Amino acid sequence: MTDPLLETRDLDVTFRRGRDRVPAVRGVSLSVRRGESYGIVGESGSGKSTVLRAICGLAPVSGGQILLDGVPIPTPRDAAFYRRVQMVFQDPYASLHPRHTIDRVLSEPLAIHGFDRREERIERALSEVGLGEGFRFRYPHQLSGGQRQRVAVARALILEPQVLLLDEPTSALDASIQAEVLNLLDRIRAERGLTYVMVSHDLAVVAHMCDRLMVMQHGRRVEELTRDQLRAKAATTDYTRQLLAASRGYTPAD
Amino acid sequence: MAPLLTVEDLRVTFPTRRGPSEVVRGVSFTLGRERLGIVGESGSGKSQTGRAILGLTPRPGVMTAKLLDFDGIDLRSATPAQWRKLRGARLSMVMQDPKFSLNPTMTIGQQLTEMLRFHARMSAAEKQRAALAMLEAVQIRDPDRVFRAYPHELSGGMGQRAMIAMMLVTEPDLLIADEPTSALDVTVQVEVLRILDRLVRDRGMGLIFISHDLRLVGSFCDRVLVMYAGRVVEELKASDLDKASHPYTRGLMNCLPQIDRDVRPLPVLQRDEAWAR
Repeated sequence: MTDPLLETRDLDVTFRRGRDRVPAVRGVSLSVRRGESYGIVGESGSGKSTVLRAICGLAPVSGGQILLDGVPIPTPRDAAFYRRVQMVFQDPYASLHPRHTIDRVLSEPLAIHGFDRREERIERALSEVGLGEGFRFRYPHQLSGGQRQRVAVARALILEPQVLLLDEPTSALDASIQAEVLNLLDRIRAERGLTYVMVSHDLAVVAHMCDRLMVMQHGRRVEELTRDQLRAKAATTDYTRQLLAASRGYTPAD
Repeated sequence: MAPLLTVEDLRVTFPTRRGPSEVVRGVSFTLGRERLGIVGESGSGKSQTGRAILGLTPRPGVMTAKLLDFDGIDLRSATPAQWRKLRGARLSMVMQDPKFSLNPTMTIGQQLTEMLRFHARMSAAEKQRAALAMLEAVQIRDPDRVFRAYPHELSGGMGQRAMIAMMLVTEPDLLIADEPTSALDVTVQVEVLRILDRLVRDRGMGLIFISHDLRLVGSFCDRVLVMYAGRVVEELKASDLDKASHPYTRGLMNCLPQIDRDVRPLPVLQRDEAWAR
């Protein structure tokens, strides 16, 4: 249980446009164990989402290594990688094709990866995320935000991956819907023994979902904490303490 | 003391293909010189309530009310000329996203002094001084640079503070802030709230704070209205939020994950059709 499944070593991501260079991620190392839920917390521009996108091959890796099961992953990522690692994006309004039915959204990855028993798999994926058969031939605009995010989770799960990368999966949802989606993600992880890497700006959400978490600021790792250390307020840096205080609501000036 | 704002039976209706749709359905409240929070989920009518008070219900929507009184002025029958005198000078609104509410072709300084041109008699030098002082008051560390900057040259937090400065430079009596900090990082959010807090306390401004974030409103405001499906389902003191009696308010409170408590699975809000009636 202790072997690392997903690792980054001194990961650098630098975006270049013309003569401009934007270092978005600077020397970030993390190691996620099999079956663990790992969180990345930070404010906008901290590079937290870019780490996930770099793992998935959506951001240019300019230095360092990404390893899956101890093996450096190939660039560009091959089909075998995406069978094992899938991503759920932040905005359920933007991540589903507006003119594809849910059935098409779910059958496309199956066709690409040559899965059999597609009918059965689609039905099971929908029921697993709490959507009935009735949703199968609808279009995204006929669904609410929470239902769309369930479809995005179903799309990621349908390939039976080992790792799910979750980029702010509930920040576009109302609080009551957020609770439903978090419960769903929690249950699926327990049932399937999945490994999660979850990015969020909301410390409370990450504390609820993740066993360990990393705090990031300005593209760098600030510190790593376990859930128990976070609960015990055992943060060692001022920045994490600030985030902790802010997540409890407003406090008048001292 | 007479209340600053009295709202009675406020309704906002939009025509749809399937007949009129009422998105605000009989909202009533009074506001003194205090911080009043309006909380609700998307579609609860909280933003439309704020906009209706300022006469900004987007067409073809229609606003009606039995009473809409601001400091003795009946806002329902205000003429465009009266509105021009009120909006900006005595009633202001801060919107959620500074990117869409600042003019991209004018510097922050131009936009700030423009507010004063319409609402105060001052010389150019006085206006500039007032504008710079306001930028300083919203905790902008380099007011001279921000005064000369265009909106795209500022970060989100800076832009939102500039927006607040613009709305406050005329010293309004009532400020409606619609999710003023939702687009900001938590550490910046605290600073912006402290600015609003100080204005209510020092200048006696009335503040309507519209937000989806129950925890934030509970810790920041004096009083809270909870809206659901266009109605106020509960009104209570912010400090009594944990003693809320309406199942919707309680459900909203309970479904938030908390750092200190491990509740698994999170309680899910069970909606009751009767709440919307």
